[in-house]
Amino acid sequence: MQKYGKFAVLMAIIVGSLLWLATNGIQNSTTYYKSIAELRQMGGGAQARNVRVGGDVVGDSIVHEGTFVKFNLVQDKETLRVAYEGRDPLPDTFRGGAQALAAGRMGPDGVFHASEIQAKCASKYAPKPGMAPEGLQPKGVGKPTQAMPASTLRTSL
Amino acid sequence: MENVGALALLLAFCIALYAIIASVTGTLKKKPFLTLSGERAVVVVWLLVSLASGILVYSLITGDMRMAYVASHSNHAMPIFYKVAAWWGGQEGSLLFWSWILSTYGAVVVLTNKGKHRNLMPWVLSILSTVQVFFLILNAFVVSPFQVLAVDKVVTSVPDGMGLNPLLQYWAMVIHPPMLYLGYVGFVVPFAFAMASLIVKAPGESWIQSTRRWAIVTWLFQGTGVMLGSAWAYHVLGWGGYWMWDPVENASLLPWLAATAFLHSVMMQEKKGMMKVWNMVLIASTFFLCIYGTFLTRSGIVSSVHAFAESPIGKFFVVFLAVGIAATVWLILDRLDYLKSESELESVVSRESSFLFNNLILLASCFAVLWGTMFPVISEKFASEKISLDAVWFNRLMVPIGLFLLFLTGVGPLFAWRRTSMESLRKNFQWPGIGMLITVAALYLGGMRYIYSIISLGLCFFVTATIFMEFFRGSRAISEKSKMGFIPAMVELTHRNTRRYGGYLVHMGIVLMFVGWSGHPFNQTAIGEVAKGDSMSVGAYTLKVLDLQDSDTADYQEATAVLEISKNGQPLGTLSPARRFYKVAQQATADVALRTRLNEDLYINYAAVTNGKATLQAYVFPLVTWIWIGVITLIGGTFVCLVPSKVARSYPRTEVVGIAQEGKRQPAVVHHENAQRGSE
Repeated sequence: MQKYGKFAVLMAIIVGSLLWLATNGIQNSTTYYKSIAELRQMGGGAQARNVRVGGDVVGDSIVHEGTFVKFNLVQDKETLRVAYEGRDPLPDTFRGGAQALAAGRMGPDGVFHASEIQAKCASKYAPKPGMAPEGLQPKGVGKPTQAMPASTLRTSL
Repeated sequence: MENVGALALLLAFCIALYAIIASVTGTLKKKPFLTLSGERAVVVVWLLVSLASGILVYSLITGDMRMAYVASHSNHAMPIFYKVAAWWGGQEGSLLFWSWILSTYGAVVVLTNKGKHRNLMPWVLSILSTVQVFFLILNAFVVSPFQVLAVDKVVTSVPDGMGLNPLLQYWAMVIHPPMLYLGYVGFVVPFAFAMASLIVKAPGESWIQSTRRWAIVTWLFQGTGVMLGSAWAYHVLGWGGYWMWDPVENASLLPWLAATAFLHSVMMQEKKGMMKVWNMVLIASTFFLCIYGTFLTRSGIVSSVHAFAESPIGKFFVVFLAVGIAATVWLILDRLDYLKSESELESVVSRESSFLFNNLILLASCFAVLWGTMFPVISEKFASEKISLDAVWFNRLMVPIGLFLLFLTGVGPLFAWRRTSMESLRKNFQWPGIGMLITVAALYLGGMRYIYSIISLGLCFFVTATIFMEFFRGSRAISEKSKMGFIPAMVELTHRNTRRYGGYLVHMGIVLMFVGWSGHPFNQTAIGEVAKGDSMSVGAYTLKVLDLQDSDTADYQEATAVLEISKNGQPLGTLSPARRFYKVAQQATADVALRTRLNEDLYINYAAVTNGKATLQAYVFPLVTWIWIGVITLIGGTFVCLVPSKVARSYPRTEVVGIAQEGKRQPAVVHHENAQRGSE
């Protein structure tokens, strides 16, 4: 039985240290998904956490200021001012009307300071005006699905 | 045309159902003709799904813009290569592709097992057909690829389609999905054989031996697919990374990890008749992780940068997974007596125990990745807050796990079965161990301070040394005995036991990948806004902007920066990173300039054009090339494993020679001791 004791001890050490690694310092590597409305409700509490917030980029709100980029995100009629201060240039798909995910923290000034932006290009894959007239629906079995290929974009490691 | 395709899918669905019923009743009622018709049904399903796929591909090539799938994933201007690739470019097509690969595998299983495994085959085919039925339900009824565009029930067409995202128009991205799918789908075959042998309580390990090649080939496809995606990210996306623990990446890694554990742990069963339950659990986990991976990519349950559209198929997958897992668990629990281990663990320092730890660690890493991937969903359920874990968390766990695995890679194959003597430990590990300590000390004195990189490189040296010693000793023995040169002796050695020496090559590939990863903490980056005549520097490199050029083609506008590169004042020629803007797709892509050397890559991305200036991101990535060299070595080693060994391998081990007469199955066993250490 002694050798099984040895196995048990070794396994316990391995599993234990993995659990320790998994839980220790988890606070620094978590990001909370919030809607803009929820972010508003959190008030000052939002400043202490990494948050990921999504929405549509308002087309004419994008302003380049040096290496900063400022724009507005809108989700369910709530607007959020975002200042992008990350090191990397914005992704190729970032532009007015695109869906974007901003990761960062809320500042005391009410502006969301993003360190990372992911953008999904929605406009390209939706039918373009004139190409697919109103009422044009795929016919046949099943529901039509919005076609969006694996557009793979990332801005930072 | 599209009606023929839809009809073919519908028929395939019916015939796959028939295949299940015919196979099961055929074997239960002992009606060989029924069983045979089940086998033929599997081949017919393959013909029908091939017909449907052929029609879809034909429509894509000819550009039949009445079809919704063609209109949204292809256009007239695309090269034919990408038109065919559009088959797996979107949701509906990729699911059809899944079915087609599955049906092809099914047909291959039928054709290669004529007259073999008669008692297993009906069950194997019915399990394959059950999975096939599930995917055909999706193809035929839920997300049909044969929908046509219509206005008020009148079929219409659009002038041109939307085409494939230009970012995906890259060779590696065309073969990356098929590779992954060949992997994802392939594990169904070993799974089906495992379950079938469990159902009929087949004696011996025939399911392992007959599916070893399947498992290895599938594992190779899966691994290659994962690494192709990684290589694509590095070479095309312009961010210089190759892995970011995105849910979709994780989904492709999970079955690969489980399968790696499986490939190692079956050796214990072949050799010692141990870990039978465990192997069943592992192959089942691998298979369900494949289905789960497909589900994760398709359902949009976890947000990913690789998102496919959210679609109604998620719940089908949940039901399939739940039913499948429940059935498998029941089957294993019901037949635990059949899976009784034939020998026991004897020592902590033994081959058995190193396999055990290898399994434990791989499974733990699998669970960690799964947990991290699903954390947003779990936390939303239980803490009503959606929380994601980022790459920092994954790395904190996975780096130590990886290093421990690397350590096992070195010691495991050299431990003897049962127990290892001090003498053999000294003989095998003295010099590699001393070498490792010297490497670590040298790196530390050389100014390296990243503890993980130091450990990793030290272990890399250690494992490499053990592998070379193995080749060296074996080859020397052969060359002395049969008077041949050293190199032919090495080839001969490998040929005599391809599993063992091919395995060492695979391990060597993993070591080289670790060498590449060890360079990561030493990455250097610089970002600069530069005009013509400006210079910027990164690491020891200086980049001088000779010219900023603009060009315009029918397809895209292009901005190119011509840079003169020098390192420590030595001129190294010019590099020209560019940035393209595709007009039709309204999509910008990077054309990264790369100077690859064995010690480091210089990586320059033309990131943006602002007010006549170019924003350049320049990176120095030390050792990164070794990752790709490691991948190629791993692939080569796997091929060696697949070559039949020259010396016929017999398993001098526990064998079942008869079944006792009592009601309870009590196999009478004979033990052959295995004197020779390690034959894989």
